[in-house]
Amino acid sequence: MTSPASGAVAVTKALNTLARDDRGRLIAALISRLRDFQLAEDVLQDAMLAAVTHWSRSGIPASPQGWLLQVAYRKALDRIRSRKTHDRAKESLIVLSGEEAAETDAESIPDERLRLIFTCCHPALEKKSQVALTLRTLGGLSTAQIAEIFLDQETTLGQRLSRAKAKIAASGIPYAVPDIDIWPERLESVLSVIYLIFTAGYNAGPVGGKDLAEEAIFLCRLLNRLHPADAEIEGCLALLMISHARRFARLDPHTGASVALGDQDRGLWRRDEIVAGVALLEQALARRSTGPYQLKAAIAACHCEGESADWPQIALLYNELLQLEPTDVVRLNRAVALAEIGALDVALAEIDRLETALEGYQPFHAARAELLSRTSNPAGARCAYDRAIALTQFEPDRTFLVARRDQLAMR
Amino acid sequence: MKYMLLIYNDPTREPAYGTEDFKQMMGGFFELNTRMNADGVLVAGEGLKGIETATSLRRKAGKVETMDGPFADTKEHLGGYYIVDVPDLDAALRYAADIPSANFGTIEVRPLMDYNPAG
Repeated sequence: MTSPASGAVAVTKALNTLARDDRGRLIAALISRLRDFQLAEDVLQDAMLAAVTHWSRSGIPASPQGWLLQVAYRKALDRIRSRKTHDRAKESLIVLSGEEAAETDAESIPDERLRLIFTCCHPALEKKSQVALTLRTLGGLSTAQIAEIFLDQETTLGQRLSRAKAKIAASGIPYAVPDIDIWPERLESVLSVIYLIFTAGYNAGPVGGKDLAEEAIFLCRLLNRLHPADAEIEGCLALLMISHARRFARLDPHTGASVALGDQDRGLWRRDEIVAGVALLEQALARRSTGPYQLKAAIAACHCEGESADWPQIALLYNELLQLEPTDVVRLNRAVALAEIGALDVALAEIDRLETALEGYQPFHAARAELLSRTSNPAGARCAYDRAIALTQFEPDRTFLVARRDQLAMR
Repeated sequence: MKYMLLIYNDPTREPAYGTEDFKQMMGGFFELNTRMNADGVLVAGEGLKGIETATSLRRKAGKVETMDGPFADTKEHLGGYYIVDVPDLDAALRYAADIPSANFGTIEVRPLMDYNPAG
């Protein structure tokens, strides 16, 4: 015997699980049919609400996903009919007819999420909107949760999402996996969104119970499953896995300060995850189609595979990366690697050249301070630490930098 | 869906008449026109004479004010346009990327408004 109350609890639980695990897939299937992001979200919401009443009364259906899709389609028909914009309605009704009876079990719902990923990360949308839209539609984060990540008001973020969805419709951004000629550019856009979500997780920590680093890994795994055997997707996933494996060693348990990679307690690293990441990277490299994410993953692996970082190899990898990504940030990282293999003067000269370009970039000043502290220029080091501290938004980094600066006096 | 591909460029960065780069640019336009026609997507396309030929006007309190020069005083000016009829933005972007001026200017891609609800 189950009481109505425990039935309602079971229904709520089931719906929460569905919202977490299946929302992206259901939204993708709905958009594919309706060609309208907003409508898809609205009718899925309607269907979820209907489920609360129906399932409490008559039990959870055999295929909750199929039930939700069917009801959502029907709700969409109602909404389109009541809009009375005849021609668009006619067109949509044609697409919808014949769908109502079909697709009852979860397995038969086609997975359209690859198209959805590429639409959300289309370069015609602002980067921040790409990130927000991806988290909302594929990650299933609420608008409030995404607003928290960006330190935005919920209404502001909601407007951003609405604008993005409106641009998709009005400018004709396709709901499609890109053709081969534009694939590299579009994949780069998708991977950069995933990587931004990952680093946001690094700095923000869990948001509303969602760990963004894990969310990014989930998205990258999904991408890897939907489009297997792509060297750069594998490279990106390997990079995330190897970086994430160090999560328990990143902060000092006593002071809360960030811990530099080389000073981290290696016993706290998740060896199994590093091994899995490196194996995936090797699989990617064997495809002989090198790319920036594979190189970055290889650099991450060099930092943590042996007893200590393999700096000569890291410097070589940065040289290679610079060929593919000739940016000042890569030049800065290469300079740090050069300093580690003894070329301190060369490194400092390169850093001086980067000053104008990276003036507002915190890691630039932190790296410069660290390198200057190894020379007979503690005043210069102090000055660079001050600048880095002033630019730091992330409290553990500030604690770390302040401690480093204060150590200068004692040397 | 119809899109206008607006070609903005800085005349000082355009290849000079008679140079090899100029020949290549014109060849690029010819090739693109031919391809757009063959694909059946080209609705219209024109180049504009230079901004020294431009005249702007606005009406203030019913009175027409006429001025020498283009609307906006920027380095890059509207130098020409295409209108293409293609399935989606990606298709429009593909043609836009093949406009030779993309090498030294900027192509803005804008969907045309659809005034006819029967489409």
